Amino acid sequence: MPEISYLEAIRQALWQEMKRDERVFLLGEDIGRYGGAFGLTHDMLDEFGPERVRETPISEATIVATAIGASLLGMRPVAEIMFMDFVMLALDQIANQAAKMHFMFGGHTTVPIVIRMPGGSGAGAASQHSQSLESVLMHFPGLKVVNPSTPYDAKGLMLASLRDPNPVCFVEHKVLYKTKGEVPEGDYTIPIGVADIKRPGHDITVVANNIMVMKTLNVAEKLSKDGIEVEVIDPRTLLPLDTETIINSVAHTGRLLVVHEACLTGGWAGEVIACVVGSPAFDYIDSPVRRLGGKDIPIPYNRGLEKFAIPQEADIEQEIRALVEGKI
Amino acid sequence: MSKDKGKTKEKDTGTREQFEKRVTRLGLSDDNLIGLYRTMCTVRQFEYMADRLYAGGKVHGTMHLSAGQEAVAAGISLAVHPDDYLINHHRGHGHFIAKGADINLMMAEFLGKDTGYNRGRGGSMHIADFQSNNLGANGIVGGGIPQAVGVGLALQMQKRKEICICIFGDGAANEGVFHEAMNMVALWKLPVLYICENNKYGMSMDVERATAKLPIAQRADAYGIPWACVDGNDVVEVYDAMKIAAEHVRSGKGPYFVETITYRYFGHSKSDRNLYRSKEEIEDWKQNRDPIMRFTKHLLQSEILDEGRAQEIDGQAEQVILKAVEFAEASPEPDLSTLMEFVYA
Repeated sequence: MPEISYLEAIRQALWQEMKRDERVFLLGEDIGRYGGAFGLTHDMLDEFGPERVRETPISEATIVATAIGASLLGMRPVAEIMFMDFVMLALDQIANQAAKMHFMFGGHTTVPIVIRMPGGSGAGAASQHSQSLESVLMHFPGLKVVNPSTPYDAKGLMLASLRDPNPVCFVEHKVLYKTKGEVPEGDYTIPIGVADIKRPGHDITVVANNIMVMKTLNVAEKLSKDGIEVEVIDPRTLLPLDTETIINSVAHTGRLLVVHEACLTGGWAGEVIACVVGSPAFDYIDSPVRRLGGKDIPIPYNRGLEKFAIPQEADIEQEIRALVEGKI
Repeated sequence: MSKDKGKTKEKDTGTREQFEKRVTRLGLSDDNLIGLYRTMCTVRQFEYMADRLYAGGKVHGTMHLSAGQEAVAAGISLAVHPDDYLINHHRGHGHFIAKGADINLMMAEFLGKDTGYNRGRGGSMHIADFQSNNLGANGIVGGGIPQAVGVGLALQMQKRKEICICIFGDGAANEGVFHEAMNMVALWKLPVLYICENNKYGMSMDVERATAKLPIAQRADAYGIPWACVDGNDVVEVYDAMKIAAEHVRSGKGPYFVETITYRYFGHSKSDRNLYRSKEEIEDWKQNRDPIMRFTKHLLQSEILDEGRAQEIDGQAEQVILKAVEFAEASPEPDLSTLMEFVYA
């Protein structure tokens, strides 16, 4: 199986679907000749032309609104928001409009749009270009929030998102763009709303998303040598959240840690923990349930400060050891 | 039609001779004119009934009534095609009725019934009928303005002949997306007819206190969009302007912007005590510039209708509304077991 990057996997999904379905088109800032701020849409303008790789002015709210309007007439638009932070400029169209139209109009219409948005820190982009806002988007029923961590998941989930009748916020991570993995060349989808057990284990369940999956897997590998077997769960979709897989895992391991880059307060870890402790898995819990999130600060510019604003492998290892060894 | 930029003052609808000359020039038949009259009567009957139902404690939620603004809805509707797309905002009853909505389903939605257009989920503020290309009313002021860009884009990409009509108020013109949308719709020469229904108040805010330069329509100049500002209480003038605008848009030349100066009789919504305007002002508009009264005068003068026939048509409109109330009141409430439906498709 060919090994390609996370960025190429998403691009391949877009490319293949645009070949398959002429209703699919891209719109966003600098996605044409420039190839997108991160290069994800490189050479797509030459292949599909300016109608289907439609460059827009810097108008995030109207980019999303244009996608909504076109979808009402049967198109399948993919809007790119250059940095996830800029979603805030389009939040009315995402939260008040796209998320609610199917419901508010009595089920008589659908809004099949995909909004791509790279989030996350690690690129020295400072406070307004580095946030992880997926928890914000989880608060709007009607939206789907997809958040892949591997190239394989990224392609399969993008193809599923492009064929979903609902508005999908497709959350990417800048630091993951260059990571590589095996990705089938052909067509396949990964169902939205289904978590994946990235590593089985019996001592503790760690639920993590995007870049934290990679970090947790590294820690799990290390701890395995010390006899601690970590079960790593990647929700892959945050809304709707596959609580069943998580609850079953905790019932089996008896311990839970949730790790995300997003700020701790109001972060989705709280949602996961509330679901688990309110479930029958509560009876199997042997230690405090914990969460590890980004510090409650804006992301700083300085390399050292930026790094320590979010959980590192050493933090994850320390938390797991403390929980498994009964020190908390 | 006033093509003179900047002129917004209300005008007399003219003498009998002027009216007849204009109607002949526009090719409007007696049936067209009677149709306009009937539409306006129906809208007004609907709005006054809505107010009565609310006063009678039969309405759970809010409403935004358009009595006084009927000529805008009626004039647009006759000037465009039935299969053109419509996006409007919260004060939308008149636009739907003029576009030929099923009044029973509208009234049922207003009363929150399961038989309503939105299965009782939307209410007065969000009526939509996708089968007749009515893409729904938006409760976020200005929220639909940029969506019209997308509708226009899809129509252009699909090489279709329909156009998108997007109606909003004077208040919406001060939202940021107004400018984003005007830029993009002009840039891509999309088939969108933007109509700003200036009823002088955004809730309580006088348009003159909220807008740095009037008329609002002159902002279209900044984007290279042709525009007009017309007397929105003169149904023939509205029709005239919309006809020119719609033909321009349909011919592929890009968007057009029409501002209609009008006035709402009721308050902004159910909680409005009209503290920001005088009774005299409201009465002045009702007595001297009412769109139905002005049009009726011409229809009588030109002997297109006589008093009896005019009253008969208004009576028929009232009957339609009474039957709609009957239908709505007899309709079931949505079953509570369906609460979670329609969140996801």
